[in-house]
Amino acid sequence: MSDATAETPRKSSLYRTSDRVKRRNRSEVRFRVLGLTAIGIGVAALALLVISIIGNGYNAFRQTYISIPVELTADRLDPDGNRDADEMSRVTTFGYAPLLAQSLYTYLQDQDISMEGVSPQALMAMISQEAPAQLRRSVLDNPEMVGQTVDLEMLANGRIDGYFKGRVTMASAELDSNVTPAQLQLAQRMADAGIMATRFNWAFITNPDASGQRPEAAGLGVAILGSFYMMLVVLALALPIGVAASIYLEEFAPQNRFTDAIEVNISNLAAVPSIVFGILGLAIFINFAGLPQSAPVVGGLVLTLMTLPTIIIATRASLRAVPPSIRDAALGLGASKMQSVFHHVLPLAMPGILTGTIIGLAQALGETAPLLLIGMVAFVREFPAAPPEGLFDPTSALPVQVYNWTQRADPAFVERASGATIVLLLFLVFMNAMAVILRRRFERRW
Amino acid sequence: MSFAKLTVSVLAVAAVSATAAAAQGRDNIQIAGSSTVLPYATIVAEAFGENFDFPTPVVESGGSSTGLRRFCEGVGENTTDIANASRSIRESEIATCAENGVTDIIQVRIGYDGIVFASDINGNSFQFTPADWYQALAAELPVDGAMVANPNTNWNEVNADLPDQTIAAFIPGTRHGTREVFDLRVILQGCEDTGAYDAILEINGGDEDAAEESCMAIRGDGVSTDIDGDYTETLARIAANPEGLGVFGLSFYQNNTDTLQVATMNGVTPSTETIASGEYPVSRPLYFYIKAAHLDVIPGLQEYAEFFVSDDIAGPFGPLAAYGLVSDPELAETQRMVAERVTMDQM
Repeated sequence: MSDATAETPRKSSLYRTSDRVKRRNRSEVRFRVLGLTAIGIGVAALALLVISIIGNGYNAFRQTYISIPVELTADRLDPDGNRDADEMSRVTTFGYAPLLAQSLYTYLQDQDISMEGVSPQALMAMISQEAPAQLRRSVLDNPEMVGQTVDLEMLANGRIDGYFKGRVTMASAELDSNVTPAQLQLAQRMADAGIMATRFNWAFITNPDASGQRPEAAGLGVAILGSFYMMLVVLALALPIGVAASIYLEEFAPQNRFTDAIEVNISNLAAVPSIVFGILGLAIFINFAGLPQSAPVVGGLVLTLMTLPTIIIATRASLRAVPPSIRDAALGLGASKMQSVFHHVLPLAMPGILTGTIIGLAQALGETAPLLLIGMVAFVREFPAAPPEGLFDPTSALPVQVYNWTQRADPAFVERASGATIVLLLFLVFMNAMAVILRRRFERRW
Repeated sequence: MSFAKLTVSVLAVAAVSATAAAAQGRDNIQIAGSSTVLPYATIVAEAFGENFDFPTPVVESGGSSTGLRRFCEGVGENTTDIANASRSIRESEIATCAENGVTDIIQVRIGYDGIVFASDINGNSFQFTPADWYQALAAELPVDGAMVANPNTNWNEVNADLPDQTIAAFIPGTRHGTREVFDLRVILQGCEDTGAYDAILEINGGDEDAAEESCMAIRGDGVSTDIDGDYTETLARIAANPEGLGVFGLSFYQNNTDTLQVATMNGVTPSTETIASGEYPVSRPLYFYIKAAHLDVIPGLQEYAEFFVSDDIAGPFGPLAAYGLVSDPELAETQRMVAERVTMDQM
């Protein structure tokens, strides 16, 4: 702003910087350096976090599959021979597993791929335990398949998959009691022959969770739906309640001790640790109101309580930012107080309200602690029904799924947990970007 | 105002559907409890969902004590149907259950689990006896007729045969059932083996309860760390501190043999075989408890329990054994008890 810039004055200039000015300039330079360092540290920490998560997690989006023809022998799958789905359902997945192993064995023999050092049991262990379940489901859906030979694409076991992703090596397989180097060599031969391939893994987004024995099949489907349902509940409850409360407090409520107390309490609630809302939710919604455990509706209600203060504070700020002249003009033209608020003030404050709401939702989406107490940190494989009934079905949630997977024994779940974190981060980036865009496009300044 | 109307109707719809769903009844089984049993329970739940027309049960973790506390909260659809536990239910818990109306409880023993001591694969190997662990971790040791604070800081001070390595133990926190077994089968056993138990009896004038308590008091000076989370947390602690020794379940160790090495106990290496034969001393039965009052109310509960203990699942060649569960030689008896719904009072 002033002429005394940091550039050295030319020799011809008559201007001489005094000591005081130099001192002030130096302190400004110091402050800038400090500020840059602060930002640098922040960016470096963020970069480290993102790199470690992506480095660990991108592999969750790829999965190894085995493609072989499988002969669906009738005497094993349909002992009575009448293709009745009810009777065929008596053959459990334990009946399907040997069939797959047998088909793989025969096919490898036909293709002249050596199975040196791999026993039939070890060969069977290379196929994911999800595969028999997958085959059984499709056979029961189409009983006519029995007796035919079908091309089947099935998941490879998690350790074999880990080999193609570099998580499992020949050296670690020596020490690992669940996989042998011979199995990995066979896997390599199968990959060379095109029987085994690693490709993009949609199932990671669509599959439900899987047990500790089949990390390769675990996905985020139920968790994403659960999080989505909870956000629906939060949006449907927190937005109207929060906006109504703010409008009343800001535009209609008299200024007295009572409203002051409410105001202080709302600010306080915004700072209450989220686990407290979980305890409250367990006591009120589950134990008192009798709502089911692990249900998104309870999660949504708890997160609503948590989000309300954020929304109320943001809404009141944006209502306050609407200049009084707008209200005065409306009232001056004969509008009632309510008309002035709903026809003029609220529409002008809407971008700020929506921004606040989205930020509140993003905060709620990443919340785990309160969900611990209401039974959402669970192993859930069943997809919930469509809302509104689905809101009462048990589900998981995205952050909870991350937490769950980090506790599993199989190291393959570390990759899944990081993958789930990436999905969660993408949702958060999307929501926060929406908030920024809304603010940029619609916000008016006076 | 349409805005207000909308709000009111949304709330009304929520309330109506809440009552509707509550009246409709729960059709999935809800299970909570031990984190040691959790992987087994999820394997069974998954297979159950695949092979039956019932929905896959919902399984929560949290620890044996937490699971049993929730189990004993009462009878009804918003209470859990099954509690998984890595120890048997306590008298006090049965009393709490009875107070809340949970009177008929079916105890199902699913098999045995070994507790193993493991350290970083690149570090020293260990051959332990329970006495070593007692002397390493006890809060106070009896010396010349008086209790003194445990002075041991290195393993070779405990037992000259052990390596010269700082004692850093990561043991399960008290909400885990594993801790109870560790206290009884390792620490108390070691206390008795070293003769410390008798020495303590002499010091305190023959109070056996107090002596046991004194034996099992673990030092709080940072040498031993209670892990309240799961075994993955113990594993992370060992990765961060290569001198650390952790207490794990056998199945967890079997999933991580490429990063952990296991210590022997009394010269026996833990494995499903040595645990089944009883040679490896630190093992315990795993259980789940069924609320009998829920049996004909929650669809699939009886089928789930029968499926869990069936030979296909819990037998020596089933998926649970493959994951590290030591299958119960008396499985047939358990199957009969589940089928006939024998409650704990009738046993």
